Amino acid sequence: MSLLEYFLRHQREILQATVEHVWLVGVTMVLSVAIGVPLGILVTRRPWLSRPILGGANIAETIPSLALFGFLLPVPWLGGRADRLAIVALTLYALLPIIRNTSAGITGVDAAVREAARGMGMTDGQILIQVELPLSLSTVLAGVRVATVLTIGIATIAAAVGAGGLGEFIFRGLAMVNNQLILAGAIPAALLALGADFLLGTLERRLRPGR
Amino acid sequence: MSSTANRPPGNEPVIEFRQVSFRLNGGQELLKAVSFRVQSGETLVLLGRSGAGKTTALKLINRLLEPSSGAVLIEGRSTIAWDAIALRRHIGYVIQEIGLFPHFTVERNIAVVPRLEGWTEDRTRARVKELLEMVGLNPTEFAKRYPHELSGGQRQRVGVARALAADPPILLMDEPFGALDPLTRGEVQREFQALEQRLKKTVVIVTHHVSESLALGTRIGLMEAGKLAAIYTPKEFLESTEPVTAAYVEHLRMHEGIKGGE
Repeated sequence: MSLLEYFLRHQREILQATVEHVWLVGVTMVLSVAIGVPLGILVTRRPWLSRPILGGANIAETIPSLALFGFLLPVPWLGGRADRLAIVALTLYALLPIIRNTSAGITGVDAAVREAARGMGMTDGQILIQVELPLSLSTVLAGVRVATVLTIGIATIAAAVGAGGLGEFIFRGLAMVNNQLILAGAIPAALLALGADFLLGTLERRLRPGR
Repeated sequence: MSSTANRPPGNEPVIEFRQVSFRLNGGQELLKAVSFRVQSGETLVLLGRSGAGKTTALKLINRLLEPSSGAVLIEGRSTIAWDAIALRRHIGYVIQEIGLFPHFTVERNIAVVPRLEGWTEDRTRARVKELLEMVGLNPTEFAKRYPHELSGGQRQRVGVARALAADPPILLMDEPFGALDPLTRGEVQREFQALEQRLKKTVVIVTHHVSESLALGTRIGLMEAGKLAAIYTPKEFLESTEPVTAAYVEHLRMHEGIKGGE
């Protein structure tokens, strides 16, 4: 049986797993942007927080993903629901690129532009909203893009704790030594990553300030 | 220029430096016991080489920096006693062309302070149009452009228009014409001179160009290594026998063409 036939025969399951996967990644990205961007801003306002915040995110990044899912399993509120656990773990991974790019984007705003804003009598909040964030938007988005692609990949491992998604096929395929089953998870996941990369990359170029 | 130079003495100065020193956190003293007064309608040029403390002095006026000792008085009140935001909106600020917001159109760049001050849309739009015409840019052609779509001279004009937007009585300019080629520079300078004669703002300009100082200043403050060495009228400056001043004048005669004596 060819791979294409296999995919067609199982299209409903594949589609369902893809939807689960997109849901996991989507919730993760909303959460990690909601947490990561403010933390990135905070780092530029309170430089002494830069080491604990970036350091913490860095450490989370170095924990092997399978191990992290395992570590979180006994945590009371998380262990009970696999998708909840997966989203928390994935969010921890996605934070670093978002925090780092947000602070780098803001720090990278031309000092003369910031000084002009201050000299014209903008408050710190006005400088942030009207000048710094718009000018660093493409850098922030580059961080979101990296984090999204990363999350799509790592989310396949969430299947190991029963959170569903395209990883289901991969783990099952590995257990049954069935390549078609592995590819049924791997190919859609790769396509998702490519698609997200392309879409966010396009948006990022659109938002790049000036010329 | 003569009308402002002959203003009767004894008026309260708009800007006054009283024994102002400024030192960095590390301890390096950038400004040493500087005192001067700028009367209403005057244009004071701070002239000196890089690192002489000119820009530091300028930033003390709109409280981007605060004096380590001494006081800077604006309209009789110490900058420390002013609300920093209110003070800055009271003072127009022009820095080198790069200070325009690259993500705003010309129109929005000029409208920054009026918007901060909560002007209505109609009033702001009318003011932007008026200012663009005042600095010699056609509003229909330029209002919707972005800074990178302008030449250096046009950007500079927008910078001046932006600083004048809310009609502040005081104008600070840091190397305002620094990045321009000599021809454009002369042109924008002359326009600014005409503008200043009409608007009668109190202006402080920082520059290292001698000819610019003579063209724009009603008085010229010569800065050397954090100190205000002397203040001259343009005529006194050209006639001074002080070694440093004479060196500037000599340089002027050799490199920037003889323009003095008027």
